[in-house]
Amino acid sequence: MSIILDHVNHIYEEDTAMAFPALTDINLVIPDGQFIGLIGHTGSGKSTLVQHLNGLLKPTSGAIYYNGADINDEDYNKKELRSKVGLVFQYPEHQLFEIDVFSDVCFGPKNLGLSKKEVELRAYAALKQVGIEDEYFYQSPFDLSGGQKRRVAIAGVLAMKPEVLILDEPTAGLDPKGRDEILDQIAKLREETGMTVILVSHSMEDVAKYVDRIIVMNKSRILYDDEPREVFKHYKELEEVGLAAPQITYIMQALKQKGLSVDTDITTIDEAKNAILSAIRSK
Amino acid sequence: MGIIKTDNLVFEYIRRDEEGNVEGITRAVDEVTLDIKQGDFVAILGHNGSGKSTLAKHINAILYPTEGTVWVDGMDTSDEDKLWDIRQSAGMVFQNPDNQIIGQIVEEDVGFGPENLGVPTKEIWERMEESLKAVGMYEFRKHSPNKLSGGQKQRVSIAGVIAMHPKCIVLDEPTAMLDPNGRKEVIRAVRALNDVENITVVLITHYMEEIIYANKVFVMDGGKVAMEGTPREIFSQVEKLKSLRLDVPQVTLLAHELKKSGLPLPDGILTKEELVTALGL
Ligand SMILES: Nc1ncnc2c1ncn2[C@@H]1O[C@H](COP(=O)(O)OP(=O)(O)O)[C@@H](O)[C@H]1O
Ligand SMILES: Nc1ncnc2c1ncn2[C@@H]1O[C@H](COP(=O)(O)OP(=O)(O)O)[C@@H](O)[C@H]1O
Ligand SMILES: [Mg+2]
Ligand SMILES: [Mg+2]
Repeated sequence: MSIILDHVNHIYEEDTAMAFPALTDINLVIPDGQFIGLIGHTGSGKSTLVQHLNGLLKPTSGAIYYNGADINDEDYNKKELRSKVGLVFQYPEHQLFEIDVFSDVCFGPKNLGLSKKEVELRAYAALKQVGIEDEYFYQSPFDLSGGQKRRVAIAGVLAMKPEVLILDEPTAGLDPKGRDEILDQIAKLREETGMTVILVSHSMEDVAKYVDRIIVMNKSRILYDDEPREVFKHYKELEEVGLAAPQITYIMQALKQKGLSVDTDITTIDEAKNAILSAIRSK
Repeated sequence: MGIIKTDNLVFEYIRRDEEGNVEGITRAVDEVTLDIKQGDFVAILGHNGSGKSTLAKHINAILYPTEGTVWVDGMDTSDEDKLWDIRQSAGMVFQNPDNQIIGQIVEEDVGFGPENLGVPTKEIWERMEESLKAVGMYEFRKHSPNKLSGGQKQRVSIAGVIAMHPKCIVLDEPTAMLDPNGRKEVIRAVRALNDVENITVVLITHYMEEIIYANKVFVMDGGKVAMEGTPREIFSQVEKLKSLRLDVPQVTLLAHELKKSGLPLPDGILTKEELVTALGL
Protein backbone atom coordinates (compact mmCIF):
# COMPACT_ATOMS: atom_id res chain seq x y z
CA MET A 1 0.00 0.00 0.00
CA SER A 2 1.25 3.46 -0.76
CA ILE A 3 0.75 7.01 -1.88
CA ILE A 4 1.78 7.72 -5.46
CA LEU A 5 2.09 11.14 -7.06
CA ASP A 6 2.23 11.01 -10.82
CA HIS A 7 3.36 14.16 -12.65
CA VAL A 8 1.56 16.44 -10.22
CA ASN A 9 1.44 20.17 -11.00
CA HIS A 10 -0.28 22.86 -9.04
CA ILE A 11 -0.73 26.41 -10.24
CA TYR A 12 -2.36 28.93 -7.92
CA GLU A 13 -4.76 31.33 -9.63
CA GLU A 14 -4.34 29.58 -12.94
CA ASP A 15 -5.63 31.56 -15.93
CA THR A 16 -4.99 34.89 -14.23
CA ALA A 17 -2.08 37.32 -14.44
CA MET A 18 -1.22 36.15 -10.91
CA ALA A 19 -0.76 32.51 -11.94
CA PHE A 20 1.94 30.95 -9.79
CA PRO A 21 3.31 27.42 -10.16
CA ALA A 22 3.70 26.03 -6.64
CA LEU A 23 4.25 22.40 -7.66
CA THR A 24 6.00 21.39 -10.87
CA ASP A 25 6.15 17.80 -12.09
CA ILE A 26 6.14 16.08 -8.70
CA ASN A 27 6.64 12.31 -8.86
CA LEU A 28 6.78 10.35 -5.62
CA VAL A 29 6.14 6.90 -4.23
CA ILE A 30 5.57 6.82 -0.49
CA PRO A 31 5.35 3.26 0.83
CA ASP A 32 3.69 2.41 4.16
CA GLY A 33 5.56 3.06 7.36
CA GLN A 34 8.27 5.44 6.18
CA PHE A 35 9.34 8.41 8.27
CA ILE A 36 9.88 11.18 5.72
CA GLY A 37 11.33 14.65 6.20
CA LEU A 38 10.16 17.35 3.78
CA ILE A 39 12.49 20.35 3.67
CA GLY A 40 12.83 23.41 1.46
CA HIS A 41 13.05 27.19 1.64
CA THR A 42 9.96 29.22 2.54
CA GLY A 43 7.70 29.28 -0.49
CA SER A 44 9.23 26.17 -2.09
CA GLY A 45 5.86 24.38 -2.09
CA LYS A 46 5.97 22.16 1.00
CA SER A 47 2.59 23.15 2.43
CA THR A 48 1.02 23.01 -1.01
CA LEU A 49 2.38 19.50 -1.52
CA VAL A 50 1.13 18.08 1.78
CA GLN A 51 -2.34 19.57 1.26
CA HIS A 52 -2.58 17.51 -1.91
CA LEU A 53 -1.99 14.29 -0.01
CA ASN A 54 -5.27 14.47 1.90
CA GLY A 55 -7.24 15.99 -0.94
CA LEU A 56 -7.51 19.54 0.41
CA LEU A 57 -5.96 20.83 -2.80
CA LYS A 58 -6.43 19.33 -6.24
CA PRO A 59 -3.61 19.09 -8.76
CA THR A 60 -3.93 21.37 -11.76
CA SER A 61 -2.72 18.35 -13.68
CA GLY A 62 -1.38 14.92 -12.80
CA ALA A 63 -2.81 12.34 -10.39
CA ILE A 64 -2.51 11.16 -6.80
CA TYR A 65 -3.24 7.57 -5.84
CA TYR A 66 -3.92 6.39 -2.32
CA ASN A 67 -3.68 2.62 -2.04
CA GLY A 68 -4.17 2.35 -5.77
CA ALA A 69 -7.23 4.61 -6.13
CA ASP A 70 -7.21 8.09 -7.68
CA ILE A 71 -8.23 10.40 -4.83
CA ASN A 72 -9.54 13.02 -7.20
CA ASP A 73 -12.01 10.68 -8.91
CA GLU A 74 -15.52 12.01 -8.54
CA ASP A 75 -16.80 9.05 -6.54
CA TYR A 76 -13.74 8.76 -4.31
CA ASN A 77 -14.63 9.05 -0.63
CA LYS A 78 -12.75 12.21 0.41
CA LYS A 79 -14.09 12.14 3.94
CA GLU A 80 -12.60 8.71 4.52
CA LEU A 81 -9.34 9.86 2.96
CA ARG A 82 -9.08 12.71 5.44
CA SER A 83 -9.48 10.33 8.35
CA LYS A 84 -6.74 8.09 6.98
CA VAL A 85 -4.34 10.82 5.93
CA GLY A 86 -4.22 13.17 8.90
CA LEU A 87 -2.75 16.64 8.42
CA VAL A 88 -1.65 18.91 11.24
CA PHE A 89 -1.53 22.42 9.81
CA GLN A 90 1.40 24.80 9.99
CA TYR A 91 -0.70 27.17 12.10
CA PRO A 92 -2.61 25.05 14.61
CA GLU A 93 -4.97 27.98 15.25
CA HIS A 94 -6.47 27.16 11.87
CA GLN A 95 -7.45 23.76 13.15
CA LEU A 96 -8.91 24.48 16.58
CA PHE A 97 -12.46 25.72 16.89
CA GLU A 98 -14.46 23.91 19.60
CA ILE A 99 -15.27 25.46 22.97
CA ASP A 100 -12.94 23.24 24.94
CA VAL A 101 -9.90 21.06 24.37
CA PHE A 102 -11.67 17.75 24.85
CA SER A 103 -14.54 18.57 22.43
CA ASP A 104 -11.98 19.74 19.93
CA VAL A 105 -10.18 16.40 19.94
CA CYS A 106 -13.54 14.54 19.81
CA PHE A 107 -14.56 16.36 16.64
CA GLY A 108 -12.68 14.16 14.18
CA PRO A 109 -13.61 10.73 15.51
CA LYS A 110 -17.22 11.89 16.05
CA ASN A 111 -17.42 12.64 12.34
CA LEU A 112 -16.31 9.10 11.62
CA GLY A 113 -19.63 7.96 13.07
CA LEU A 114 -18.14 6.10 16.04
CA SER A 115 -20.07 5.57 19.27
CA LYS A 116 -19.84 8.33 21.87
CA LYS A 117 -17.89 6.02 24.14
CA GLU A 118 -15.36 5.10 21.47
CA VAL A 119 -14.99 8.78 20.50
CA GLU A 120 -14.24 9.77 24.07
CA LEU A 121 -11.84 6.91 24.65
CA ARG A 122 -9.91 7.87 21.55
CA ALA A 123 -9.82 11.56 22.46
CA TYR A 124 -8.61 10.74 25.94
CA ALA A 125 -5.88 8.41 24.66
CA ALA A 126 -4.74 10.92 22.03
CA LEU A 127 -4.49 13.77 24.55
CA LYS A 128 -2.43 11.54 26.83
CA GLN A 129 -0.19 10.57 23.92
CA VAL A 130 0.73 14.19 23.27
CA GLY A 131 1.19 14.95 26.96
CA ILE A 132 -1.84 17.18 27.65
CA GLU A 133 -2.88 16.85 31.29
CA ASP A 134 -6.50 16.46 32.47
CA GLU A 135 -6.53 19.97 33.96
CA TYR A 136 -6.55 21.45 30.44
CA PHE A 137 -9.37 19.31 29.03
CA TYR A 138 -12.12 21.83 29.69
CA GLN A 139 -10.18 25.00 28.87
CA SER A 140 -10.72 26.84 25.63
CA PRO A 141 -8.06 25.78 23.13
CA PHE A 142 -7.48 29.46 22.37
CA ASP A 143 -6.24 30.16 25.89
CA LEU A 144 -3.40 27.65 25.56
CA SER A 145 0.23 28.44 24.82
CA GLY A 146 1.52 27.93 21.26
CA GLY A 147 3.12 24.63 22.24
CA GLN A 148 -0.04 23.33 23.85
CA LYS A 149 -2.18 24.35 20.86
CA ARG A 150 0.15 22.32 18.65
CA ARG A 151 -0.23 19.32 20.89
CA VAL A 152 -4.01 19.56 20.91
CA ALA A 153 -4.08 19.90 17.11
CA ILE A 154 -1.91 16.79 16.84
CA ALA A 155 -4.16 14.92 19.28
CA GLY A 156 -7.18 15.83 17.14
CA VAL A 157 -5.57 14.12 14.18
CA LEU A 158 -4.24 11.14 16.17
CA ALA A 159 -7.73 10.46 17.53
CA MET A 160 -8.77 9.53 13.98
CA LYS A 161 -6.10 6.80 14.04
CA PRO A 162 -4.68 7.85 10.69
CA GLU A 163 -2.55 5.58 8.52
CA VAL A 164 -0.52 8.57 7.43
CA LEU A 165 0.34 11.45 9.75
CA ILE A 166 1.54 14.70 8.18
CA LEU A 167 2.96 17.44 10.40
CA ASP A 168 3.58 20.83 8.78
CA GLU A 169 6.32 22.55 10.83
CA PRO A 170 5.01 21.23 14.13
CA THR A 171 7.86 22.51 16.27
CA ALA A 172 8.25 26.16 15.20
CA GLY A 173 8.41 28.28 18.35
CA LEU A 174 8.66 25.36 20.76
CA ASP A 175 11.40 25.23 23.37
CA PRO A 176 14.07 22.55 22.79
CA LYS A 177 12.53 20.11 25.25
CA GLY A 178 9.08 20.63 23.73
CA ARG A 179 10.54 19.95 20.29
CA ASP A 180 12.11 16.70 21.45
CA GLU A 181 9.02 15.60 23.35
CA ILE A 182 6.71 15.98 20.37
CA LEU A 183 9.07 14.34 17.91
CA ASP A 184 9.98 11.49 20.31
CA GLN A 185 6.30 10.84 20.83
CA ILE A 186 5.62 10.76 17.10
CA ALA A 187 8.57 8.41 16.54
CA LYS A 188 7.30 6.12 19.27
CA LEU A 189 3.75 6.08 17.90
CA ARG A 190 5.06 5.29 14.49
CA GLU A 191 6.97 2.34 15.86
CA GLU A 192 3.91 1.05 17.70
CA THR A 193 1.40 1.55 14.90
CA GLY A 194 3.50 1.37 11.74
CA MET A 195 1.90 4.55 10.40
CA THR A 196 3.62 6.65 7.76
CA VAL A 197 4.90 10.01 9.03
CA ILE A 198 5.71 13.05 6.90
CA LEU A 199 7.45 15.82 8.81
CA VAL A 200 7.81 19.28 7.26
CA SER A 201 10.63 21.03 9.10
CA HIS A 202 13.16 23.84 9.00
CA SER A 203 15.40 22.07 11.50
CA MET A 204 18.04 20.07 9.67
CA GLU A 205 19.12 18.62 13.02
CA ASP A 206 15.64 17.26 13.77
CA VAL A 207 15.24 15.85 10.30
CA ALA A 208 18.64 14.16 10.50
CA LYS A 209 17.79 12.65 13.86
CA TYR A 210 14.38 11.21 13.09
CA VAL A 211 13.66 10.47 9.45
CA ASP A 212 14.77 7.71 7.08
CA ARG A 213 14.15 9.63 3.89
CA ILE A 214 14.40 13.31 2.99
CA ILE A 215 12.59 15.06 0.17
CA VAL A 216 14.09 18.44 -0.67
CA MET A 217 11.91 21.00 -2.45
CA ASN A 218 13.25 23.99 -4.34
CA LYS A 219 11.08 26.45 -6.24
CA SER A 220 8.15 24.05 -6.67
CA ARG A 221 10.29 21.08 -7.75
CA ILE A 222 11.87 18.11 -6.01
CA LEU A 223 15.62 18.67 -5.83
CA TYR A 224 16.69 15.58 -3.87
CA ASP A 225 14.92 12.49 -2.59
CA ASP A 226 17.20 10.17 -0.63
CA GLU A 227 18.50 9.00 2.76
CA PRO A 228 19.60 11.85 5.07
CA ARG A 229 23.25 10.89 4.76
CA GLU A 230 23.13 11.11 0.97
CA VAL A 231 21.09 14.32 0.90
CA PHE A 232 23.36 16.15 3.33
CA LYS A 233 26.40 15.26 1.23
CA HIS A 234 25.05 17.99 -1.06
CA TYR A 235 25.44 20.61 1.65
CA LYS A 236 26.85 23.18 -0.79
CA GLU A 237 23.88 22.84 -3.12
CA LEU A 238 21.54 22.88 -0.11
CA GLU A 239 23.04 26.18 1.02
CA GLU A 240 22.42 27.61 -2.42
CA VAL A 241 18.72 26.85 -2.07
CA GLY A 242 18.43 28.39 1.40
CA LEU A 243 19.03 25.23 3.43
CA ALA A 244 22.03 23.72 5.19
CA ALA A 245 23.39 20.48 6.58
CA PRO A 246 23.01 19.78 10.32
CA GLN A 247 25.64 21.60 12.40
CA ILE A 248 27.28 18.29 13.21
CA THR A 249 28.12 17.70 9.54
CA TYR A 250 30.12 20.93 9.42
CA ILE A 251 31.94 19.95 12.61
CA MET A 252 32.99 16.63 11.07
CA GLN A 253 34.26 18.44 8.00
CA ALA A 254 36.39 20.75 10.13
CA LEU A 255 37.85 17.79 12.03
CA LYS A 256 38.59 15.89 8.83
CA GLN A 257 40.29 18.93 7.34
CA LYS A 258 42.60 19.07 10.34
CA GLY A 259 43.61 15.49 9.76
CA LEU A 260 41.29 13.43 11.95
CA SER A 261 40.19 10.38 10.00
CA VAL A 262 36.40 10.58 10.33
CA ASP A 263 33.51 10.27 7.88
CA THR A 264 32.14 13.64 6.83
CA ASP A 265 28.67 12.37 5.98
CA ILE A 266 27.74 11.95 9.63
CA THR A 267 24.47 13.65 10.59
CA THR A 268 23.83 12.91 14.30
CA ILE A 269 25.68 13.54 17.58
CA ASP A 270 25.81 9.84 18.50
CA GLU A 271 27.44 8.85 15.23
CA ALA A 272 29.86 11.76 15.56
CA LYS A 273 30.86 10.81 19.09
CA ASN A 274 31.59 7.21 18.14
CA ALA A 275 33.50 8.20 15.01
CA ILE A 276 35.68 10.71 16.88
CA LEU A 277 36.40 8.34 19.76
CA SER A 278 37.48 5.54 17.45
CA ALA A 279 39.56 7.88 15.26
CA ILE A 280 41.38 9.26 18.30
CA ARG A 281 41.91 5.88 19.96
CA SER A 282 43.38 4.38 16.82
CA LYS A 283 45.80 7.29 16.36
CA MET B 1 22.48 53.21 35.10
CA GLY B 2 22.41 51.08 31.94
CA ILE B 3 20.16 51.53 28.93
CA ILE B 4 17.67 49.02 30.34
CA LYS B 5 17.29 48.46 34.03
CA THR B 6 14.65 46.63 36.03
CA ASP B 7 14.30 46.62 39.77
CA ASN B 8 12.26 43.83 41.37
CA LEU B 9 9.98 43.73 38.36
CA VAL B 10 6.81 41.72 38.93
CA PHE B 11 4.03 41.27 36.40
CA GLU B 12 0.76 39.46 36.96
CA TYR B 13 -1.84 38.61 34.33
CA ILE B 14 -5.25 38.74 35.89
CA ARG B 15 -8.03 36.70 34.36
CA ARG B 16 -11.57 37.93 35.02
CA ASP B 17 -14.96 36.42 34.30
CA GLU B 18 -17.76 38.30 32.52
CA GLU B 19 -18.79 40.14 35.69
CA GLY B 20 -15.23 41.29 36.23
CA ASN B 21 -14.51 38.99 39.17
CA VAL B 22 -10.94 37.72 39.37
CA GLU B 23 -10.77 34.12 38.18
CA GLY B 24 -7.06 33.58 38.35
CA ILE B 25 -3.70 35.28 38.57
CA THR B 26 -0.53 34.27 36.72
CA ARG B 27 2.69 35.77 38.00
CA ALA B 28 4.54 35.79 34.66
CA VAL B 29 7.55 37.84 35.79
CA ASP B 30 8.67 37.42 39.36
CA GLU B 31 11.10 39.86 40.97
CA VAL B 32 13.47 40.34 38.06
CA THR B 33 16.35 42.75 38.60
CA LEU B 34 18.72 43.33 35.72
CA ASP B 35 20.91 46.02 34.23
CA ILE B 36 21.83 46.08 30.54
CA LYS B 37 24.55 48.45 29.33
CA GLN B 38 24.47 50.49 26.12
CA GLY B 39 26.02 48.39 23.36
CA ASP B 40 25.43 45.03 25.04
CA PHE B 41 24.25 42.01 23.07
CA VAL B 42 21.98 40.23 25.51
CA ALA B 43 20.25 36.92 24.92
CA ILE B 44 17.25 35.68 26.86
CA LEU B 45 16.58 31.95 26.94
CA GLY B 46 13.83 30.06 28.70
CA HIS B 47 11.20 27.41 28.04
CA ASN B 48 7.75 28.28 26.68
CA GLY B 49 5.83 30.17 29.34
CA SER B 50 8.89 31.13 31.38
CA GLY B 51 8.09 34.85 31.06
CA LYS B 52 10.41 36.03 28.26
CA SER B 53 7.80 37.85 26.16
CA THR B 54 6.20 39.41 29.20
CA LEU B 55 9.57 40.76 30.27
CA ALA B 56 10.33 41.99 26.75
CA LYS B 57 7.02 43.85 26.49
CA HIS B 58 8.00 45.91 29.53
CA ILE B 59 11.06 47.26 27.74
CA ASN B 60 8.86 48.65 24.99
CA ALA B 61 6.18 49.92 27.42
CA ILE B 62 3.55 47.57 26.01
CA LEU B 63 3.10 46.27 29.56
CA TYR B 64 3.65 48.11 32.86
CA PRO B 65 4.96 46.60 36.08
CA THR B 66 2.53 45.24 38.65
CA GLU B 67 5.33 45.87 41.13
CA GLY B 68 8.84 47.24 40.79
CA THR B 69 10.26 49.58 38.16
CA VAL B 70 11.61 49.47 34.60
CA TRP B 71 13.82 52.22 33.20
CA VAL B 72 14.69 52.59 29.53
CA ASP B 73 17.45 55.09 28.83
CA GLY B 74 16.84 56.56 32.26
CA MET B 75 13.07 56.95 31.77
CA ASP B 76 10.62 55.18 34.07
CA THR B 77 8.32 53.25 31.70
CA SER B 78 5.31 53.99 33.93
CA ASP B 79 5.70 57.67 33.14
CA GLU B 80 2.95 58.15 30.54
CA ASP B 81 4.41 61.40 29.28
CA LYS B 82 7.48 59.50 28.13
CA LEU B 83 5.65 56.74 26.23
CA TRP B 84 6.74 57.85 22.77
CA ASP B 85 10.29 58.60 23.84
CA ILE B 86 10.50 55.12 25.33
CA ARG B 87 9.08 53.43 22.23
CA GLN B 88 11.55 55.35 20.13
CA SER B 89 14.49 54.37 22.35
CA ALA B 90 13.54 50.69 22.40
CA GLY B 91 12.12 49.13 19.24
CA MET B 92 10.58 45.69 19.08
CA VAL B 93 10.49 42.89 16.48
CA PHE B 94 8.15 39.92 16.89
CA GLN B 95 8.01 36.29 15.79
CA ASN B 96 5.62 36.28 12.87
CA PRO B 97 7.08 37.87 9.71
CA ASP B 98 3.60 38.16 8.19
CA ASN B 99 1.90 40.57 10.55
CA GLN B 100 4.43 43.29 11.27
CA ILE B 101 4.66 44.92 7.86
CA ILE B 102 1.95 47.38 6.95
CA GLY B 103 3.33 49.25 3.95
CA GLN B 104 2.56 48.25 0.35
CA ILE B 105 6.16 48.87 -0.66
CA VAL B 106 9.23 48.08 1.40
CA GLU B 107 10.53 51.65 1.60
CA GLU B 108 7.13 52.99 2.54
CA ASP B 109 6.92 50.53 5.42
CA VAL B 110 10.33 51.54 6.74
CA GLY B 111 9.37 55.23 6.46
CA PHE B 112 6.22 54.93 8.62
CA GLY B 113 8.03 55.04 11.95
CA PRO B 114 10.10 58.20 11.32
CA GLU B 115 7.08 59.81 9.67
CA ASN B 116 5.06 59.27 12.84
CA LEU B 117 7.88 60.81 14.82
CA GLY B 118 7.52 63.94 12.69
CA VAL B 119 10.90 63.55 11.05
CA PRO B 120 11.28 65.91 8.01
CA THR B 121 10.74 64.23 4.64
CA LYS B 122 14.30 64.53 3.45
CA GLU B 123 15.61 62.88 6.57
CA ILE B 124 12.98 60.12 6.32
CA TRP B 125 14.50 59.19 2.96
CA GLU B 126 18.00 59.19 4.40
CA ARG B 127 16.96 57.03 7.31
CA MET B 128 15.08 54.65 5.04
CA GLU B 129 18.13 54.20 2.87
CA GLU B 130 20.55 53.77 5.75
CA SER B 131 18.29 51.28 7.62
CA LEU B 132 17.62 49.13 4.57
CA LYS B 133 21.33 49.08 3.80
CA ALA B 134 22.10 48.07 7.39
CA VAL B 135 20.01 44.90 7.00
CA GLY B 136 21.01 44.23 3.41
CA MET B 137 17.56 44.95 1.94
CA TYR B 138 18.19 48.18 0.05
CA GLU B 139 17.93 46.55 -3.35
CA PHE B 140 14.40 45.40 -2.43
CA ARG B 141 13.18 48.90 -1.49
CA LYS B 142 10.69 49.09 -4.37
CA HIS B 143 9.33 45.57 -3.80
CA SER B 144 6.01 44.59 -2.32
CA PRO B 145 6.61 43.04 1.14
CA ASN B 146 4.27 40.10 0.53
CA LYS B 147 6.54 38.82 -2.24
CA LEU B 148 9.52 38.53 0.13
CA SER B 149 10.75 35.45 1.97
CA GLY B 150 10.28 35.19 5.74
CA GLY B 151 13.88 36.17 6.46
CA GLN B 152 13.61 39.16 4.15
CA LYS B 153 10.37 40.28 5.81
CA GLN B 154 11.97 40.08 9.24
CA ARG B 155 14.89 42.19 8.02
CA VAL B 156 12.43 44.80 6.73
CA SER B 157 10.78 44.81 10.17
CA ILE B 158 14.20 45.34 11.73
CA ALA B 159 14.92 48.17 9.27
CA GLY B 160 11.60 49.74 10.28
CA VAL B 161 12.76 49.71 13.88
CA ILE B 162 16.23 51.09 13.26
CA ALA B 163 14.83 53.91 11.11
CA MET B 164 13.51 55.26 14.42
CA HIS B 165 17.14 55.56 15.58
CA PRO B 166 16.58 53.54 18.73
CA LYS B 167 19.31 52.88 21.25
CA CYS B 168 18.03 49.41 21.79
CA ILE B 169 16.19 46.72 19.84
CA VAL B 170 14.28 43.84 21.40
CA LEU B 171 13.71 40.80 19.17
CA ASP B 172 11.21 38.24 20.45
CA GLU B 173 11.95 34.95 18.65
CA PRO B 174 12.53 36.68 15.29
CA THR B 175 13.80 33.47 13.68
CA ALA B 176 11.28 30.95 15.00
CA MET B 177 9.35 30.73 11.73
CA LEU B 178 12.25 31.03 9.28
CA ASP B 179 14.16 28.56 7.12
CA PRO B 180 17.90 28.08 7.79
CA ASN B 181 18.95 30.80 5.38
CA GLY B 182 16.40 33.25 6.75
CA ARG B 183 17.68 32.60 10.26
CA LYS B 184 21.25 33.24 9.17
CA GLU B 185 20.33 36.49 7.40
CA VAL B 186 18.48 37.85 10.40
CA ILE B 187 21.19 36.96 12.90
CA ARG B 188 23.85 38.45 10.65
CA ALA B 189 21.86 41.70 10.40
CA VAL B 190 21.35 41.82 14.15
CA ARG B 191 25.03 41.26 14.87
CA ALA B 192 25.99 44.01 12.44
CA LEU B 193 23.65 46.49 14.16
CA ASN B 194 25.32 45.70 17.43
CA ASP B 195 28.91 45.72 16.14
CA VAL B 196 28.71 48.62 13.73
CA GLU B 197 25.96 50.87 15.06
CA ASN B 198 26.48 49.98 18.73
CA ILE B 199 22.74 49.40 19.13
CA THR B 200 21.91 47.43 22.26
CA VAL B 201 20.36 44.08 21.32
CA VAL B 202 18.05 41.92 23.39
CA LEU B 203 17.49 38.65 21.52
CA ILE B 204 14.99 36.03 22.64
CA THR B 205 15.39 32.69 20.90
CA HIS B 206 15.12 28.90 21.16
CA TYR B 207 18.04 28.38 18.79
CA MET B 208 21.05 27.98 21.04
CA GLU B 209 23.64 28.48 18.33
CA GLU B 210 22.27 31.98 17.63
CA ILE B 211 23.47 33.37 20.93
CA ILE B 212 27.11 32.33 21.12
CA TYR B 213 28.09 35.90 20.16
CA ALA B 214 26.07 37.51 22.96
CA ASN B 215 28.08 39.03 25.76
CA LYS B 216 25.45 38.20 28.35
CA VAL B 217 22.80 35.50 28.65
CA PHE B 218 19.82 35.40 31.00
CA VAL B 219 17.94 32.13 31.42
CA MET B 220 14.39 32.44 32.70
CA ASP B 221 12.32 29.89 34.56
CA GLY B 222 8.97 30.48 36.27
CA GLY B 223 9.24 34.24 35.73
CA LYS B 224 12.60 34.46 37.51
CA VAL B 225 16.15 34.74 36.20
CA ALA B 226 17.47 31.23 36.84
CA MET B 227 20.92 31.61 35.28
CA GLU B 228 23.01 34.56 34.18
CA GLY B 229 26.45 34.65 32.55
CA THR B 230 28.43 34.62 29.34
CA PRO B 231 27.46 32.06 26.69
CA ARG B 232 30.45 29.98 27.73
CA GLU B 233 29.48 30.03 31.39
CA ILE B 234 25.88 29.17 30.55
CA PHE B 235 26.63 26.46 28.00
CA SER B 236 29.13 24.82 30.35
CA GLN B 237 26.12 23.67 32.36
CA VAL B 238 24.62 21.18 29.94
CA GLU B 239 22.63 19.16 32.48
CA LYS B 240 21.25 22.22 34.23
CA LEU B 241 20.08 23.69 30.91
CA LYS B 242 18.41 20.41 30.03
CA SER B 243 16.58 20.44 33.35
CA LEU B 244 15.27 23.90 32.34
CA ARG B 245 13.93 22.38 29.06
CA LEU B 246 16.73 23.97 27.05
CA ASP B 247 19.67 22.70 25.08
CA VAL B 248 23.19 23.68 23.97
CA PRO B 249 24.63 24.11 20.45
CA GLN B 250 25.43 20.78 18.77
CA VAL B 251 29.19 21.34 19.00
CA THR B 252 28.90 22.01 22.75
CA LEU B 253 26.85 18.87 23.23
CA LEU B 254 29.28 16.79 21.19
CA ALA B 255 32.23 18.06 23.26
CA HIS B 256 30.29 17.35 26.45
CA GLU B 257 29.58 13.77 25.32
CA LEU B 258 33.22 13.25 24.32
CA LYS B 259 34.32 14.50 27.71
CA LYS B 260 31.96 12.08 29.44
CA SER B 261 33.58 9.30 27.41
CA GLY B 262 36.98 10.21 28.81
CA LEU B 263 38.51 12.78 26.45
CA PRO B 264 40.19 15.65 28.33
CA LEU B 265 38.09 18.56 26.98
CA PRO B 266 37.12 21.82 28.66
CA ASP B 267 33.46 22.69 29.31
CA GLY B 268 31.59 25.22 27.22
CA ILE B 269 33.10 24.73 23.77
CA LEU B 270 31.10 27.04 21.51
CA THR B 271 32.46 26.67 17.97
CA LYS B 272 33.88 23.95 15.75
CA GLU B 273 37.19 25.84 15.70
CA GLU B 274 37.39 25.60 19.48
CA LEU B 275 36.72 21.87 19.29
CA VAL B 276 39.47 21.40 16.72
CA THR B 277 41.95 23.20 18.99
CA ALA B 278 40.82 21.41 22.14
CA LEU B 279 41.31 18.04 20.45
CA GLY B 280 44.88 19.08 19.67
CA LEU B 281 44.41 18.85 15.90
N1 LIG C 1 -3.63 30.33 -1.72
C1 LIG C 1 -2.58 30.76 -2.43
N2 LIG C 1 -2.74 31.59 -3.50
C2 LIG C 1 -1.69 32.00 -4.23
N3 LIG C 1 -0.41 31.65 -4.01
C3 LIG C 1 -0.18 30.84 -2.96
C4 LIG C 1 -1.24 30.35 -2.12
N4 LIG C 1 -0.70 29.56 -1.17
C5 LIG C 1 0.63 29.55 -1.39
N5 LIG C 1 0.95 30.31 -2.47
C6 LIG C 1 2.30 30.51 -3.02
O1 LIG C 1 2.79 29.25 -3.42
C7 LIG C 1 4.17 29.12 -3.08
C8 LIG C 1 4.39 27.90 -2.24
O2 LIG C 1 3.76 28.10 -0.98
P1 LIG C 1 3.79 27.02 0.16
O3 LIG C 1 3.34 25.70 -0.37
O4 LIG C 1 3.04 27.58 1.31
O5 LIG C 1 5.36 26.94 0.49
P2 LIG C 1 6.13 26.45 1.80
O6 LIG C 1 5.18 25.68 2.65
O7 LIG C 1 7.27 25.62 1.26
O8 LIG C 1 6.65 27.69 2.47
C9 LIG C 1 4.56 30.41 -2.37
O9 LIG C 1 5.22 31.25 -3.29
C10 LIG C 1 3.24 31.01 -1.94
O10 LIG C 1 3.31 32.43 -1.92
N1 LIG D 1 -2.32 37.54 27.73
C1 LIG D 1 -2.12 36.67 28.73
N2 LIG D 1 -3.10 36.43 29.63
C2 LIG D 1 -2.91 35.56 30.64
N3 LIG D 1 -1.76 34.88 30.86
C3 LIG D 1 -0.75 35.09 29.99
C4 LIG D 1 -0.87 35.98 28.88
N4 LIG D 1 0.29 35.97 28.19
C5 LIG D 1 1.11 35.11 28.82
N5 LIG D 1 0.49 34.57 29.90
C6 LIG D 1 1.07 33.62 30.85
O1 LIG D 1 2.24 34.20 31.43
C7 LIG D 1 3.30 33.26 31.53
C8 LIG D 1 4.52 33.77 30.77
O2 LIG D 1 4.20 33.87 29.40
P1 LIG D 1 5.19 34.50 28.32
O3 LIG D 1 5.78 35.74 28.87
O4 LIG D 1 4.46 34.57 27.04
O5 LIG D 1 6.33 33.37 28.26
P2 LIG D 1 7.41 33.04 27.12
O6 LIG D 1 7.51 34.21 26.21
O7 LIG D 1 8.66 32.75 27.88
O8 LIG D 1 6.91 31.79 26.42
C9 LIG D 1 2.74 31.94 31.00
O9 LIG D 1 2.29 31.19 32.10
C10 LIG D 1 1.58 32.37 30.14
O10 LIG D 1 0.59 31.37 30.08
MG1 LIG E 1 4.56 26.01 4.62
MG1 LIG F 1 7.28 34.34 24.11
